[in-house]
Amino acid sequence: MSFDNAYESLIDHEDTHWAFGTGFHTALEGVDREVPATVDRADLVAYCLMLGDDSLVLSQRLAAWCSRAPELEEDIALANIALDLLGQARLLLTRAGEVEGAGRDEDALAYLRDEREFRNVHLAEIDCGPGPGGDFATTIVRLLVFSSWKIAQFSRLRGSADPVLAAVAAKGLKELAYHRDHAAQWAVRLGDGTEESHRRMVAAVDRVWPFVDELFHASAVEARLAGVAVDPAELRSEVDGVLDAVFEASGLTRPEPIPTAFVAGQAGREGVHTEAMGFLVAEMQHLHRSMPGAVW
Amino acid sequence: MTTARHIAEQVRDPELPVLTLADLGVLRDVTESDGRVLVTITPTYSGCPAIDEMGSDLRRALTSAGYADVEVRTSLHPAWTTDWISESGKQKLLDYGIAPPNRIGPKVAGPIPLNLTPPSQRVPCPRCGSPRTTELSRFGSTACKALRRCEDCAEPFEHIKEI
Repeated sequence: MSFDNAYESLIDHEDTHWAFGTGFHTALEGVDREVPATVDRADLVAYCLMLGDDSLVLSQRLAAWCSRAPELEEDIALANIALDLLGQARLLLTRAGEVEGAGRDEDALAYLRDEREFRNVHLAEIDCGPGPGGDFATTIVRLLVFSSWKIAQFSRLRGSADPVLAAVAAKGLKELAYHRDHAAQWAVRLGDGTEESHRRMVAAVDRVWPFVDELFHASAVEARLAGVAVDPAELRSEVDGVLDAVFEASGLTRPEPIPTAFVAGQAGREGVHTEAMGFLVAEMQHLHRSMPGAVW
Repeated sequence: MTTARHIAEQVRDPELPVLTLADLGVLRDVTESDGRVLVTITPTYSGCPAIDEMGSDLRRALTSAGYADVEVRTSLHPAWTTDWISESGKQKLLDYGIAPPNRIGPKVAGPIPLNLTPPSQRVPCPRCGSPRTTELSRFGSTACKALRRCEDCAEPFEHIKEI
């Protein structure tokens, strides 16, 4: 490829595209990929989708901040965090497709499922801005809660009976630690900052809090997959401890848990989502569905 | 005799061409049997987009050296750590103007510590050597780099952050 024509790469379909595009292949080599005999394959697929969708959907939300964040460094930071989450999602969706054995790869699972087939928690999908759904403070509070919860979950998942989940968790954990620190440090600066930044952090906590309780409810799949899946109910005290430390340094108060009503009694894990999810899925899938297999 | 391992070790990182994949610690294994070459690499970060490029570069280098049957596998386990960057790799980074990572050492068990303030690490400026540098952003131009500034020569520089 020459560099004379910026559009040349769009029509060059060699396997030399840089950076995103063709050539994605299964990234699970080198890990024992046998499904343990005692594990129900359909349940394992469902669990991989739950974890993969958590990361994929939050990645999509964070990517929307690129060029909209308060400063250039923050555009880059949030995009970096989104990229880490996208990487985790790719591995988890690849595992789901492989265990399912129906020929669906990561792209088919990300781009060709409908809203009701996504299994992420509601916290990942709610609109925390940019735009009228929230603001930077809301995004920081959501990221703080999400990454604190994921760290508690992935720490335990390292011991999963599924060797792929254990390897993905061990790798992802180191990335999540950076995400949590980033959110925590912003929480302190904003919560303990000016009157206005404090006010917006308090509003952000109020916006996010109704979606926190869901994180600690085990779905039927998680309950059946003891030894493979992590029991979400186990995570609460660890997450509360981390949030208390951040909130104390930020001059904020951790609200009492708000018992979740889910959506009409059904959780994200069951494929029932908040109103925001349909818009998110439409935006995420639009290009692929309009022009199947499009690359750049 | 030039072996497949030797050729694979010369392939450079697409983002940091000053380093080979071997310097970076991404190249985990090269085996050769009956003319068939199996290369194992590991991603730095789960979302590192360079991993696919690394695979194609390795295949291209080995194919053009006459190896017809080349397979590149990506291995997740054990997870990459900046401690795997070789000493000569660290020196090359420094010469290139990128501050190399500090050594982390073996991982301690227990909960992951929460850092409410940016760590006050000692990262000397790769240009003037001054120890007085500050972190501008933990997230730089790629997932593996942080952005810092030297308080003495005032130049910004990148730092491969420890992971």
